[in-house]
Amino acid sequence: MRRPNIDTERLTRHFRDMCRVRAFEEAALKALAEGLVPGPLHPSIGQEACASGVCANLECDDLLLSTHRGHGHTLAKGADPEAMMRELLGRAGGCCGGKGGSMHIADFGVGMLGANGVVGANIEIAAGAAHAVKLLGDGRIVTCIFGDGAVNRGPFLEGLNWARIFDLPVLFVCEDNTFAATTRTAAVTAGPGPAARAESLGISPVGVDGNDVLAVDEAVRDLVQAIRAGGGPRFLHVKTYRLTGHTATDAAPYRTTEEVDAQWALDPIARCGAELEAAGITAETLDAIRTAAANEMDAALEAAKAAPWPDLSLAFTDVQDIGAPVPAGPGPLAGIEHVRASTPPIAPGGTA
Amino acid sequence: MTTMTYLEAGKAALAEEMRGNPRVWALGEDLGRGGVFGQYRGLAEEFGAERIVDAPISEAAIMGCAVGAALAGTRPVVEMRFSDFALCAVDELVNQAAKARYMFGGQSKVPLVAREPVGMWRSSAAQHSQSLESWYTHIPGLVVVMPSTPADNKGLLKSAIRCDDPVVYMEHKDLWGLEGEVPGGDEHLVPLGAARVALEGSDVTIVTWSKTVHAALDAARSLAQSGIAAEVIDLRTLWPWDTETVYASVWKTGRLVVAHEAVTVSGFGAEIAASVGEECFGGLRAPIRRLGSPRAQIAYAPPLEDVLRVDAAAIADAAAALIR
Repeated sequence: MRRPNIDTERLTRHFRDMCRVRAFEEAALKALAEGLVPGPLHPSIGQEACASGVCANLECDDLLLSTHRGHGHTLAKGADPEAMMRELLGRAGGCCGGKGGSMHIADFGVGMLGANGVVGANIEIAAGAAHAVKLLGDGRIVTCIFGDGAVNRGPFLEGLNWARIFDLPVLFVCEDNTFAATTRTAAVTAGPGPAARAESLGISPVGVDGNDVLAVDEAVRDLVQAIRAGGGPRFLHVKTYRLTGHTATDAAPYRTTEEVDAQWALDPIARCGAELEAAGITAETLDAIRTAAANEMDAALEAAKAAPWPDLSLAFTDVQDIGAPVPAGPGPLAGIEHVRASTPPIAPGGTA
Repeated sequence: MTTMTYLEAGKAALAEEMRGNPRVWALGEDLGRGGVFGQYRGLAEEFGAERIVDAPISEAAIMGCAVGAALAGTRPVVEMRFSDFALCAVDELVNQAAKARYMFGGQSKVPLVAREPVGMWRSSAAQHSQSLESWYTHIPGLVVVMPSTPADNKGLLKSAIRCDDPVVYMEHKDLWGLEGEVPGGDEHLVPLGAARVALEGSDVTIVTWSKTVHAALDAARSLAQSGIAAEVIDLRTLWPWDTETVYASVWKTGRLVVAHEAVTVSGFGAEIAASVGEECFGGLRAPIRRLGSPRAQIAYAPPLEDVLRVDAAAIADAAAALIR
């Protein structure tokens, strides 16, 4: 693949960002194999171009909503990998305090308003965030990344309809990795697919090869520009392929090795590297980027491993302001099995 | 003090909070034309279509949108039209609004109010009449409020809007026209979690909420004629509920009747009865009684609907039976 006049600096940045996502997930899988990740992991290996191509066009205070397969999006939006790794291991200092794990990874400090464990639920939440942004008139935009499985849930219809009728500043990205959990999405989806459904709701769709990071980047750049100019919602269909199973422990027997091998040949990171080499970037430079990413994520993992469990009292914080639980008994957690509510009348007090 | 209806009091609360805070806005079906019961009438004229938002019939999107809007820095007030329709938005309320703060480790709160009109409203039948408050009391993260008077509908709704937690705010449809004295001014705030002793008495405690408060007061008046002094506690907030006021009353009277319009089985009366059993056992002089609807769907024909309703006579009979 050889394109004229490519911006090698920008493409190199994508290469680095994708390598970081890949290295993060490889480190996380290593930790899982060592029994250090207590919950499920949904890897996005093979889908890194979507994360990098989308987030390269977002400002830090732009808002992003993601899915249960959201490590890449979160990292590309600017979250700290060590805090993320601590979260995956359920340790103190995790970006959600060890209370959410991989499926609920979030970093509000970089505008990442959360991965969501309920498929499609983030679509309406994104529309609402965009509604607030428009109401506040602060110039931010919202991006919502969801999978191809989400188009069969009601929130896809309701959320896109909402964004269109209120002309909201939101980019919908359907990261189509071919599978809805462990079922081929095409087998359970009527009609011509996500783009046609968006079109039917008055949102012109753009389709892109999701393993070509530059193509994703350029498509998103144009769409984001249109949204920032007040053009209302936009829709991008990113066609890619999930190289791992649904979860890290899913051996994916529902597809052949030949099929997966053929898809590995389209690995977005390898493609990006080949294009950079063709444009004159040396193999040594690319190797150094890969190694730096691997070292960074290994260090994040080592730091997470060394971190303690969260303080047990955290189980009872962030529940709610009024009527939150308190552990009964004399010590901080004595009689934890007899947790009961504290119900003193509390005067209301808003903060915002 | 001004005399106004329960409906007008709710509207006044929202209007005052919207005037005081530009981040407060409302969204729901038909709001631009005043809402299905007229509880938003005139607000679109004052605040514009950007802040009194006419939504499509998409309950899930209305609630989901409110979650996102709360996370992004505003304070949405959601209108669900009938609490029955809010069941279309349970994922958005239970899995999203109630959990976002916790599962993201406290990075954001979710200050939204979900107004969900409840209760039997003549011949509205099975899908427009339910009282499902106990469902929401079971969900960590939610506050559940059920006002019974115009004054409380103003003061509790204002508090709910200022609260940083997601609040399920259940007005009773049969109370819209109820008139009462309502304190004027911006600072009439009724604290969430504080019950109201609607009537003092020493012989039996009747704990109730929402429209059933009025049946309980009627019952207390008829009990008084037989020389029985009932104490009526209007719980006002179901989560958190005011254990202190309820326990103190039960220690005083030694007898407890809990009365609500919802189905008795797994109704919130069960939680109150169990808690009183645990905490006030030594003070009880009679078994605890729970009164609620039979575990049946709510019927359309007026006489069929009426046999499902907990009325003043049933409450008075139950209370009197504890004393004999």
